[in-house]
Amino acid sequence: MNTEEITARILGIIAETQRKDPAQVTIDSTFEELGIDSMDGVNIVFALENEFDINVPDDEVKKLRSVREMVDGVIRLVEMKAAS
Amino acid sequence: MRRVVVTGIGVLSALGLNREQFFEGLCAGRSGIAPITAPDCDGLRFPNAAEVKGFGAQNYFEPKAADMLDRFAQFAVVAAREAVAQSGIEWTEERRESCAIVTGSCVGGQSTEDQGFWDLYKLGKPRMHPMSIPKTMANAGASAISLEFGITGPAFTISTACSSSAHAIGLAFQMVRSGMTEVAITGGSEAPFSFGCLKAWEALRVVSPTVCRPFSKDRDGMILGEGAAMLVIESLEHAQARGGKPLAEIAGFGMSSDAHHITQPSAEGAAKAMRLALKDAGVAPQQVGYVNAHGTGTTANDITETAALRLAFGEHANRLAISSTKSMHGHTLGAAGAIEAAATVLAVGSGILPPTIHFRERDPECDLDCIPNVAREVKVECAMSNSFAFGGLNAVLVLRRAV
Repeated sequence: MNTEEITARILGIIAETQRKDPAQVTIDSTFEELGIDSMDGVNIVFALENEFDINVPDDEVKKLRSVREMVDGVIRLVEMKAAS
Repeated sequence: MRRVVVTGIGVLSALGLNREQFFEGLCAGRSGIAPITAPDCDGLRFPNAAEVKGFGAQNYFEPKAADMLDRFAQFAVVAAREAVAQSGIEWTEERRESCAIVTGSCVGGQSTEDQGFWDLYKLGKPRMHPMSIPKTMANAGASAISLEFGITGPAFTISTACSSSAHAIGLAFQMVRSGMTEVAITGGSEAPFSFGCLKAWEALRVVSPTVCRPFSKDRDGMILGEGAAMLVIESLEHAQARGGKPLAEIAGFGMSSDAHHITQPSAEGAAKAMRLALKDAGVAPQQVGYVNAHGTGTTANDITETAALRLAFGEHANRLAISSTKSMHGHTLGAAGAIEAAATVLAVGSGILPPTIHFRERDPECDLDCIPNVAREVKVECAMSNSFAFGGLNAVLVLRRAV
């Protein structure tokens, strides 16, 4: 699974969990633009953890403010899992 | 309107198995937080909790009676016994018939339910235990207290998440004040330590991986706790007529709902409940010397509560001493309002204000005097106890020193 595939799946999951038109969700969207609050963020991370079989630490979740930060974080965790 | 006083307190908490140990722990700034010992609760992202240590049901109940009650209902009965004993109330036929019982619980006997579902789903057993339903119901504590003392008056349970037992005490207070009853046993109990419940809290990402540090800049979440507190409350005339000693007066109660967000708190909603409680008590902000804050130790609560206290108290907020005793006994969910009301009554009665422990660094967004780490001797006329629940439901009690 390459970076583009991971990114596409994450954008899809954000759109799906937030009940948004996938066209609205881009790598450059901020949570503010998408109307995503902290509880929504926790719900998205839950879906991402299940999708990619990863565990995201609490303090990482608190820092997330944009789709790009979410994508970078997931890619890092997926790579760490592959390396271990 | 009639005045309502507290004449008995019973507490089971992470600070000890009775009221004396509880208040001694609060005054000493002792932490009840320790590694989780409940069975099968390994592998969580948070290792610590504020459990009641050394509670053996066999020390309080006959074996058959213990089997009929979930841990949370056992806690309710034990706390009620202590409160009734302190009040010195004698159960005449008339008192049994009219006494009210109003309790709060958030999750009820869900560890009983969790065990049954584990047997059913995981172990493939074909049947649940027949006591599963009566042990799990949230009113099991109220019912057990009624059975314990043979009380046949109005009895019910309120479930409003972390405000449950503050709402319960507020309702019981209104019932006594209105003359509907002379005496009530009121409070709350909770025993939420099952793996399923802890995993659900883990998923919410609000539980601290370390300890509870309310209002401290480096705070990183709440610590789950268990326990119970019950109060005996009665009309002042009733207490005086039977020679009961008031520990404090319940002066007012205020409640509101945020209509804002299912989990994020609102300063305006919390401030509204505080203002209404002060108005109900006929107490000016300047008369309040201490607030037992909701103070969960989450980023959101502590900032919002600080803002709410400033909205409700105005300039006086700068002279107000507040503390979160959750830093010591944890967040006991449906028992929190009652345990913290008990702490507030004991603080007002003794003139010792309990601290906020584990405090390390001032947060500019939580810029009130939170009595960091060390208790303080101050005689206060009035005090407030705040409870704010998920779902945006707020309950605030105002207490006055007994004269």
